[in-house]
Amino acid sequence: MKLKLPNPGLEDRILSHQMLDKLEEEEAGDRPKWDNKAQYMLTCVGFCVGLGNVWRFPYLCQSHGGGAFMIPFLILLVLEGIPLLHLEFAIGQRLRRGSLGVWASIHPCLTGIGIASMCVSLTISLYYNTIIAWILWYFFNSFQDPLPFSQCPMNATGIISECEKSSPVDYFWYRETLNTTPNIEDDGGLQWWMLICHICAWSVLYVCIIRGIETTGKAVYVTSTLPYVVLTIFLIRGLTLKGSLNGVKFLFTPDLAELAKPTTWLDAGAQVFYSFSLAFGGLISFSSYNSVHNNCEQDAVIISVINGITSVFAATVIYTIIGFRATERFDNCLSGNILTLLNAFDLAEGSITDSNYDQVFEHLNGTSPGVIQGLDLQQCNLDTFLSEGVEGTGLAFIVFTEAITKMPVSPVWAVLFFIMLFCLGLSSMFGNIEGVLVPLQDLKIFPKSWPKEAVTGITCVLCCLVGLIFVQGSGNYWLSLFDTYGGSIPLLVVAFCEMVSVVYIYGIDRFNDDIKFMIGHKPNFFWQASWRVISPLIMLFILVFYFITKVTEEIFYKAWDPESEEFPTLVEKPYPVWIYVIIFILAGIPSLAVPLVAVWKCFQSKRKDKSHLSDKVQMYDEIMKSPA
Amino acid sequence: MWDDNEMFLFRSTVAYAMRRQLPGQQFSVPNIVVCNETARVSFWFVVMSPDMGSLIPKQQVEKAVRMSRGRINSAFMLTDHTLEFIGIAPTLASPYTPDTPPWLIVFGVVMGVVVAGIIFLVGSSVVQKKRKKKQKSTDNNAEVNEEHSAVNEGVYNMSFTDEERITRI
Repeated sequence: MKLKLPNPGLEDRILSHQMLDKLEEEEAGDRPKWDNKAQYMLTCVGFCVGLGNVWRFPYLCQSHGGGAFMIPFLILLVLEGIPLLHLEFAIGQRLRRGSLGVWASIHPCLTGIGIASMCVSLTISLYYNTIIAWILWYFFNSFQDPLPFSQCPMNATGIISECEKSSPVDYFWYRETLNTTPNIEDDGGLQWWMLICHICAWSVLYVCIIRGIETTGKAVYVTSTLPYVVLTIFLIRGLTLKGSLNGVKFLFTPDLAELAKPTTWLDAGAQVFYSFSLAFGGLISFSSYNSVHNNCEQDAVIISVINGITSVFAATVIYTIIGFRATERFDNCLSGNILTLLNAFDLAEGSITDSNYDQVFEHLNGTSPGVIQGLDLQQCNLDTFLSEGVEGTGLAFIVFTEAITKMPVSPVWAVLFFIMLFCLGLSSMFGNIEGVLVPLQDLKIFPKSWPKEAVTGITCVLCCLVGLIFVQGSGNYWLSLFDTYGGSIPLLVVAFCEMVSVVYIYGIDRFNDDIKFMIGHKPNFFWQASWRVISPLIMLFILVFYFITKVTEEIFYKAWDPESEEFPTLVEKPYPVWIYVIIFILAGIPSLAVPLVAVWKCFQSKRKDKSHLSDKVQMYDEIMKSPA
Repeated sequence: MWDDNEMFLFRSTVAYAMRRQLPGQQFSVPNIVVCNETARVSFWFVVMSPDMGSLIPKQQVEKAVRMSRGRINSAFMLTDHTLEFIGIAPTLASPYTPDTPPWLIVFGVVMGVVVAGIIFLVGSSVVQKKRKKKQKSTDNNAEVNEEHSAVNEGVYNMSFTDEERITRI
């Protein structure tokens, strides 16, 4: 398919190959550069590997047929993730701009893509750092024995009832951390302890990005490697705990029937897409700091493989611990039942054990069913406990912390776990903030004379202030709102537009030549097929299905309401009407920015009616038109 | 394994508890009467006065057991959860609450390091800028070469540019 849309003036806006080589030799550019390849790889790995690998992938894996989920995941990783990643790396390295600059260079009408990327990065940065603030709070609280989330606190009359009805970990999360209100309309005011953790999180981020990649490049040596160390430690510890193998078996037991359901493939595609942090603009920026002849094809493959392996590795670790927790709960449930039976029937100690429980129960039920009814025994089923699959903050702050409180020497494990989550989150934040800062500089919002420290400082302060929404009592509800709507649809739209722009507006032939110039050989048939047809189609499918599901489903949120009857289960409440406006702003404005800016720019150019000039690069290109 | 020796030990610990509660009265093992034993280690007991004349009231016995609960538990190497006196709830130890919450201390340490880092980094770039300005003013008398300026609008490359803008061919 040799479709190519007309794009006059393209050569004027971009550097030619000779210019790039000259730039490289004389090192006469003003663009920051990576100190070494390791920093670049670690930054990209850190950006891609984030909290989603730890708390979203294991849940998806377990709920969509365990080992069978690997099949759609791996297929879509290869067909969707790797081509998009290679595309972003290559275009950034070739055009040597941040995301806004790249799209503006390809065609001024495409500036909307850059603006949409920036808006999405901004939305996500706002709430992502609040999650880091929560992680910091838990981290600060892990330096004590016994851990505060292992026991219920007491007041004058005894154990606090809210804690007694739910559990110490639930209480610590919903009450002592979030102090959450029963619904989203009550804002509950700012919680001072969360406020100072919030400020701390933004300060740590500021220190790391204060001079751009000069400081980020040093920070990633720690933030990108530490999670792997901690995961390995947890794997070794986890495997030695009782019941861990139950968890791993449960996770990986394949249920091939799930492959027939379209939601499995949809979730796999969405997970691959979000897990690679594509369409944020951060990856384009990072690769633009590389040297021109860096092998971006190899980098894309390596990073994709690392991301995939990390997902599976993290899932294994998480499920060893979940298996331990489930087995512990099952054993407690069974012991509780055995004790009740022994007490009720006055049987000798040791006459009922785990192994003969079922037989004895049958026998007793046969002889005195009335008594058994009255006892109200619990159903103890290991699979039920294992499949209490939780994702997201529930997994990290409730399920996993509960498991940690049951391990010996719990404060050590708690500290390690929260350091790991902190590093995972922080390294992803570097990429998010890059996707905000570089477009702001390209849009010339800050005067050029201002030092980098001031620019990053002001951005951090503003984001910190806007992020105060999430520090209120109802902050958790706002955060899940932002997460569900701000970070899903616009990214898919941007990714689809990116592919179409590079392949059909920039021109796949020119792109192939660029890659040949940069890495020495033309991309092979796999890349051609995936860039031109396969990946855009997959993106389009996912976008359409996602859009339909989101628009048709009823929108409600889950609230923690101690007054409700279902307490401690979360209550589903519908959103108030004005939330729809907010949803539209979050999801609609970035997505609509693409066509609206395109239309506006086209009007501008028609009015001016002269060729577009780049304001960054002046050059005199002797080579004639590119092959069309 | 529960046997008569264990039962003897139990009765003697209860007698000990009664002695502590009502000082002066010499309780001993025969004063503790046990009945309704079952295969499940569970039974009723009553306490008679030392002269085997009257029953000690329930509240007194409860008080005595509460006071010496720890000793009774440790005699059998059991805990409040594994040895239950029906009707006598275990008293919970009050949790230790330090004056400064420990999390504030850790927060203070982390914030201190971060603020020190910010001051150091901002300070070092200010110092660098001042040094550059001094350097610039000293070689201002030498040739003025735009290549050394910190702010570069674009690539100024002698071999490629004329002074004119791009012209289409």
